[in-house]
Amino acid sequence: MSRKFMKGNDAIVVGALQAGCRAYYGYPITPASEIAHAASLHFPALGGTFIQAESEVAAINMVYGTAGMGIRTMTASSSPGFSLKQEGLSYIAGAELPCVVVNVSRGGPGLGNIAPEQADYFQVTKGGGHGNYRLIALAPNCAQEMCDLTVLAFDLADTYRNPVCILADGFTGQMMEPVTVPVARPVPFDHTSWCVRGDAATHRNLISSIYLESEDLERHNLKLDEKYRRIARDEVRFEEYQVEDADLIVVAFGIVSRIVYSTVDQARAQGLKVGLLRPITLWPFPSARLAELAARDVRFLSAELSTGQMVEDVRLAVEGRAPVHFYGRCGGMVPGSEELLAEYGKILEGGRS
Amino acid sequence: MKITEKPVAFYPEFVRKSGPHKETTHYCPGCGHGNIHKMIAEAMVDLGINERTVFISPVGCSVFGYYYFDCGHMQAAHGRAPAVATGIKRANPEAIVISYQGDGDLAAIGTAETLHAANRGENITVFFVNNAIYGMTGGQMAPTTMIGQKTATTPRGRIESVHGNPIRVAEIIATLPAATYVERVAIGDSKHIMKARKAIRKALTNQVENRGYSFVEILSTCPTGWKMDGPDARDWLVEEMTKVFPLGVFKDESDHREGAWHRQVEPFDPAKRDAYLGAGEAEAKAEKLPLPAELHCKFAGFGGQGILTLGLFLAQVGMRAGLHASWIPSYGPEMRGGTANCSVNLSERRIGSPLVDKPNLLVVMNQPSLEAFAGDVVQGGTIIVDTSIVEKCPEYPGRRVVRIPATGIADEVGTPKVANVVLLGAICAATGAFPQAFVEQSLRETVKKKDLVDLNLAALRRGYEHVGDAG
Repeated sequence: MSRKFMKGNDAIVVGALQAGCRAYYGYPITPASEIAHAASLHFPALGGTFIQAESEVAAINMVYGTAGMGIRTMTASSSPGFSLKQEGLSYIAGAELPCVVVNVSRGGPGLGNIAPEQADYFQVTKGGGHGNYRLIALAPNCAQEMCDLTVLAFDLADTYRNPVCILADGFTGQMMEPVTVPVARPVPFDHTSWCVRGDAATHRNLISSIYLESEDLERHNLKLDEKYRRIARDEVRFEEYQVEDADLIVVAFGIVSRIVYSTVDQARAQGLKVGLLRPITLWPFPSARLAELAARDVRFLSAELSTGQMVEDVRLAVEGRAPVHFYGRCGGMVPGSEELLAEYGKILEGGRS
Repeated sequence: MKITEKPVAFYPEFVRKSGPHKETTHYCPGCGHGNIHKMIAEAMVDLGINERTVFISPVGCSVFGYYYFDCGHMQAAHGRAPAVATGIKRANPEAIVISYQGDGDLAAIGTAETLHAANRGENITVFFVNNAIYGMTGGQMAPTTMIGQKTATTPRGRIESVHGNPIRVAEIIATLPAATYVERVAIGDSKHIMKARKAIRKALTNQVENRGYSFVEILSTCPTGWKMDGPDARDWLVEEMTKVFPLGVFKDESDHREGAWHRQVEPFDPAKRDAYLGAGEAEAKAEKLPLPAELHCKFAGFGGQGILTLGLFLAQVGMRAGLHASWIPSYGPEMRGGTANCSVNLSERRIGSPLVDKPNLLVVMNQPSLEAFAGDVVQGGTIIVDTSIVEKCPEYPGRRVVRIPATGIADEVGTPKVANVVLLGAICAATGAFPQAFVEQSLRETVKKKDLVDLNLAALRRGYEHVGDAG
């Protein structure tokens, strides 16, 4: 039966295998370790590669090597480990290599704890390493999406020759739900023109992010920038629930979007016209849609497991045309339905500003 | 420096090099890199491998290796070349992978990557150019800088008690069982160069023949960094550096490792993966079973009682019934207090929050769990209590309390391990969620060990019967 009950972390590996990923490099860290466990079981069984690297730094550089060959590869970690990968991600983005990196984020800063947080939003969406670059960032909110967005991530990575990040949280990683395993399809990309495979066809190619001359490096940066603009134009993904007539639109991703989804009907039963806008791509952010919604009489609430990160993008998107509120919990604390409903009530009773 | 009689593994013209001079290298006069490059290029030609070679340029003076060698190139972050080499070699074992690194790259910032690639016996060739100084950044101390040697960051000379000692990397690598061949050579004079050429060739031959990890440390000159002229630099290398870094073979297992380190990989085969994961198989005709009421459940007990597995059983029965289902283990402050617990949702509609704060079904297998969660159960909800374990179970106004000595019944059936299955029967009977025959079939498909199926079915039936009898 192709529908299986599985953890979000396992669903990521299933998605990666079906997308044609051939090599996994990683380092254990809670709450992302199940990804490495599943990868160590399945990749070798299918003639692929699994290496438990000596560090997150080594793992992302192994990814660099395999990605440079035009072969689908990935790594996964959680917040502290994801910080260590930033150097490698900058090089990968600079050299324009396609790969997928997963961050099943946890509480920070520093060692923090192993409970879920969404406080890596800035790091993932603004470019956590040095230089001008962007990660495409996808935010699944259920086990099926952990699988399906991983498949999408590999396609986006190959399409744009850019690293793609799956930003999940401890809940979406640990939660089990039914997942329909997608059918594997051949990878429809030929990277012979730029990759280095160690064969005659590619032996004149070079993978590098060094541009010694200032003019050359500026040209390279502008080329990357043009690519990021194309991505921002073409790859925005989001989901809406009851926004059309809403007085309050809650913006939330990942696990928080699930909790907010539950509260929308409850709020409406209490006479509060609430809707949900869930960004599926955190970068590019659904700014245009938010701006469109802000043109009418409405308020926004950014609900996050952080002290306020995505809210900045919501504010940038609406450009002052509508009030933007924030509600966040962190450290592993999660807002309950009643807590959110009380917040909606407070905001809507506050009247129009 | 101009390289005369270019081997064909060099580009005829160094077009990637910036500036007007496309026939000379970017290296300073008297620098050892040019000599070493040439020996590597010659070996590549002789072995006929340049088209399948991937040369990894490090950060350091040899960052521009891709100016010169007519082969595939990847430029790596500082110190990470062995990790990049691993990613290349493991994905294509037919590629010949050269990790060319200086002393800062290999023995300071990249120490971990260096040791672990060697320790895994990566079937690669590492050329370690040790010139006891950081050349590119302006002559600072290297991990291999000699005691007393003055550099930009050791203006009073390297002092053991302040800066530590020069690291002998070849000796360290030679202690690792997976390393095949470890030698230190020098390029001071023609006698040394002959030996260096031989070592370079052997290290590449080993890889071609899949004999495993080869490491050649090459003592080299940096007249600019050392503030010497070429001849003095060569003398200093031969007379002083070799005292601290003795030349020779530190390990050689090449002879009996032919073919031993070839790691096979397979191309992506979609059909194989579909078969492996069961993708695309027709769904067993999904019985869409109506659910009398959405279930938002909390399961709690001691770790080891099978309480989390019970939640999982119920969720899987729900999935088989064509319902939306979620299972999530305890989180946040809930994890404290000696209980293991999980939340399960079953619904005909899409499930919002997987977290259950206000359950309409609570199943508990110990006293602290009952006390922790019973108050959260909504009016009209059900509390199922394993009274074999829970001694005090009061009434909860507005909630139905189902008392069942599940662990005791399980003991009668054969083992207390199936207490959770007894409870599953009780849940289904109490909520009317699923027909008994359907749950039995689900259990048959879920229980992996076939000899345990009957035991589980017996436990399930006793759970149903107990609740049915209680009315």
